[in-house]
Formats: sequence, C-alpha cells, structure tokens
Amino acid sequence: MSFSDTERRRAEEIVARYPHSKSALLPLLHMAQDRDGYVTGEAMKDIAELLGLTPALVLGTCSFYTMFKRAPIGNLVVSVCTNVSCLVNGGPALVDSLRARYADDEDVHVEEVECVAACDLAPVMQVNYEFHGPVTSEAAVDVIEQYKSGALVARTISGSPVIAGSKAP
Amino acid sequence: MAVKETLVITKFLRERTEDSWEYAAAREHNNAYGALEKALKMEPAALVEEVQKSGLRGRGGAGFGTGQKWSFLPPDIFPRYLAVNADEGEPATFKDHMLIERDPHQIVEGSIITAYAIQAHHAFIYLRGEFALGAERLQAAVEDAYANGFLGKNILGSGFDLELIVHRGAGCYIAGDETGLLSSLEGERAMPRIKPPFPAVQGLYAAPTIVNNVETMSAVTQIVNNSGEWYAGMGVGKSLGTRIFSVSGNVERPGNYEVELGTTFRELIEGLAGGVKGGKQLKFFIPGGASSPWLLPEHLDEPLDMDRATELGTMLGSGAIMVFDETVDPVLIAWRIAKFFAHESCGKCTPCREGSGWLEKVLYRMANGLGRAEDLDLLLGFGNNLAPGLSWPPGQTTICQLGPSTMSPTVSLNKYWGDEIRARLTADEARRKTLQVTPA
Repeated sequence: MSFSDTERRRAEEIVARYPHSKSALLPLLHMAQDRDGYVTGEAMKDIAELLGLTPALVLGTCSFYTMFKRAPIGNLVVSVCTNVSCLVNGGPALVDSLRARYADDEDVHVEEVECVAACDLAPVMQVNYEFHGPVTSEAAVDVIEQYKSGALVARTISGSPVIAGSKAP
Repeated sequence: MAVKETLVITKFLRERTEDSWEYAAAREHNNAYGALEKALKMEPAALVEEVQKSGLRGRGGAGFGTGQKWSFLPPDIFPRYLAVNADEGEPATFKDHMLIERDPHQIVEGSIITAYAIQAHHAFIYLRGEFALGAERLQAAVEDAYANGFLGKNILGSGFDLELIVHRGAGCYIAGDETGLLSSLEGERAMPRIKPPFPAVQGLYAAPTIVNNVETMSAVTQIVNNSGEWYAGMGVGKSLGTRIFSVSGNVERPGNYEVELGTTFRELIEGLAGGVKGGKQLKFFIPGGASSPWLLPEHLDEPLDMDRATELGTMLGSGAIMVFDETVDPVLIAWRIAKFFAHESCGKCTPCREGSGWLEKVLYRMANGLGRAEDLDLLLGFGNNLAPGLSWPPGQTTICQLGPSTMSPTVSLNKYWGDEIRARLTADEARRKTLQVTPA
C-alpha cells in the first residue's frame, strides 16, 4: 500500500524537522510499521523515493534494527528479557512457557530480547512495548489475554499510542 | 545498616509520584525551567565554566568531564549540534528509563541549558525505541516547553533559538555508543565511527557535536539551580556529586538509588537494596554494566569512586550493579553476557564480529557440561587478540569499546575461579568420554 495524501503530508512534516532529510528514515519506518503491522517492501520503496535514497539503503537500515519486522507477525509482539538480571529471576522459563502457549496463535509473536532497562521488574516482559513485571507465566498469559480481548488497549506494533478513532493494532 | 540516599535529581520524582512528569506539576512544585531562566541571563562561557567547576563527569559510562567535553568544541565553527543520549541499553541499567518517564522536564531543561552553553540551535534526544511510554511523556514535555516559550525562537526574550527533536531509535544496543548514535541519527545503521575526529570536532552531519547522557542533562539542571561549587561539595576525589545506581539481580529490593559518590558498595547493596535475596551469601557482583570486569564480596567496602574502580581493574560504567548469590554459576552469567555482545555486535570490525560469536559458542558449551579441558585457556589465548593485555581498560582492536568488552566476563572467570573451572572442564570432558552412544 502506497502513502495516501494524508500520510505523505505527515511524512513531509517529519522530514521538515530535520536539518538533513535522511535523518527522518527511522521515524518514517516506525510510521510505516504502525500502519501496516510490519515494514512492507512497498513502504520501503515509498520512503526511499520520498527521501531520495535507494531502496537498498532503506532496507539496509531497516534490517539492522530489531524493532522493525519485515514480515507479518500478528498484532501483539511480546518481548521477554532473558539477560542476566532476568536470567536469575526466571526469564528463560518465562519465554519458554509463553512460546509454547502461543505457538499456534498467529496474533501473538513471542520473542526473547536483550535487556529492556527494567531490571527492577525482573522477570520483565513488554507487550507492544508496554512494560509488565515482575510476572509469573500465569500472570503473563493473563496480561496477554487481556490485550487480546481488548480489556487492555495495546499500543501499535511499533509502540506508538493508539489515537482514538484510528485503526486498532 | 542505616544508609541514606542523597536525592538531588530524583528528589522530585520520588516526592511526587502521581504526576511528576506533567508540566503543571513540575513547574509549580519543582520550579521547572527556573534554572533555564537563570542560565539565559549568563554568558554561555560562564555556564561552561560553572559546569566545569561542578566536576560533573558523564553519567553514560565513560565518565569524561562534561564541562571539559564542551570546551573541546572548535571556536567559530557553526552550526553545532547537541545529541542527548537516551538510548539506555547497557544490561542492568534502568536509571535513564526512570528519569525519562518520571521527570522528562528536568531532562528537557538541562538539554536547553546545554544547547545554550555550547551555542547549538538544533538538539536531538535520541530515545531508545522500546521506551514507548517514555517517548510519549518526553514528547509531551517538549511540546509543553514549546508552548510555554522555553523552546523555539527567541527563548524567553533572550534572542536564543533552539529546535529540540525527540528521535526514537528502533532496537539496537550500539546506538548508545556516541558515534553509533550519530550514525543512527543520520538514518544509517548504528555503526560506530573511528575517533579521532571526536564528535566535538566532527559529529552529526560532520559538524561539531556534543553527545551527553540524560542523567548528565538532569544534573546540569540542578547544578545551574544551585551552583557548581555546591555540587562539587558532594562526592569523593574526582568523583563529585551524586549518582543514580541501578541495583538488580539476587537482591531483596532491586531499584534505582541516588547516593553521594564515595558511598560504599556495601552500603548500596546491603543497606539500600536490602542485601542478597532470601538470606543467601553473595558470590560476586558486576559493578558497572555488562561490559565491566567483576568484583567479589571482599570488595564490598570499596567506595563508589570512578578512579578507585579503575585501580581495581574495572569501572563504574553506567552505574548498573548486578548482584549474584552463591547458587549462581558464574560461567552461565559469562555465557549470557557473551550472547548479548554477540547479538549486538554491529559487524563493522572483524575481531568483534567474528570473535563475539565464537566466544559465545565456547562459553555455551562450558556452561552446559560440554566443555573441553583446555577451553578456558583457549578463550584467554584468543581473547588476547580481541582485548590485548586482558586487563581493564583493555587495548583497543576495534573502533568502539564493545569488542574488547566481550572479554570482561571471561577474564573475571579466570581471575577468581580459574583452577576450579579448569578442574570442572577436565571432569566434564572425562565424563563425556565414558558415554556410550547407542545406535538407533
């Protein structure tokens, strides 16, 4: 899906904030991911055209950063930390149990991540970049189910707040 | 043990937990932007001098003198930029996360003061991508600052103009390295750049740039609020003022504690963080983030002093203290840290790109009963090519510090438990040789 006129205007506003347009690349990739749920090939071409870059350069930057997904992953990204402070507080068991629980759920993508700077909440997980911790496996499932049912409102797949009236993630 | 914190930059967010991030609360109850009003009446050079007088050293990890860094800007070269490093990623560090979510105005104010001191008209706060709530609150704080005349054109009638942009990263540890951050801010992969030229001479868009950490910016606000002399009245030796330490791992009360520098590890870990969880014994602790070499219980009475840490062969780094009890296998922790570095190596320099993954594989087998008798010595021999001298600070074979830092855990293993680990590896290898493989 190409940029609509409104999106193009928003993109141009973002570009205008920077002394050099190329600096807008990360913000535009976040914007594209928020819209489509992942960064599509078409979005990368659109961004390349807008910034006067080659699509290869956009792909090169995009593929370097872990938050950018280049294939559909569902509506909820669950990030579980297993770095040292979470490791000694049950992080690895938490990620294993959530992976098993959501293996067949196309809506929930469970991933093991590096330290998310919330070690006082160990073991910690993020759901679309909202922090939850410390959590047991049961408590984690409970939180994820609340997001699935809509009892908790999830941020977008890139962690942006959902603006009233816009498409829910 | 009764130990008191010294609350300077965390005073307000501790006192006012319900809305310390809101403009109205910060303005009314914490005199937010009062320091800016004061700063704008001073000459920029006087501000640089005031911060030099405070003795403030960067709170991101390297501990370089903040005012000194500012003074390295070549005169008469403009434009200049300020990039505030809010990409907190060093494992077990979570102080900036707290400051961003709970006192964003103090950061914005310090950033405006710094930009004025260095005469930059464009500033960026490079925010870790995973800090979603932080992004919301920091963005709101910046918008409030614009709406109230603290940002934009002719700030408070001083004639000084500043544009401040909150720039979200997207998941990458090495974007927290100051030159990696600049690459990322330019829309590139966050690959560090060789120094010199240092960013103060050639940084963002090849223009003179100052990169400072968010805790440093918060401290600048309080230094201007009070005075450089007042700040330098706290601390010890050349580690002046207060600092936030993130304590985590096997402790009763993990959290952020702001203390005067010179406080001991014991006061911090046992007094403030409640000691090792469940009454267990302390086995070892990591004093300054995953990159730093480790310390033992015998070091608990050492002071939190950056120069003393160097003498002990380690660093206070990002102020992240990880505590491990007697049941934790140090080899497992070494493996997990190596795994982190292997994941985060940007791939630019060969020793780090190839070495970090290789180190992780060998530590994995060592931690899981699959080690070979010579593995520890194999790593030390190889590691000497990655971190020459195997000491701290290590010799440099790569553009940034990530490469040599990957060896810190292994060097610590050898220093404290070398014989024990060699015996364990020998036993593991012998046991494996007795295993019978049954054909399927």
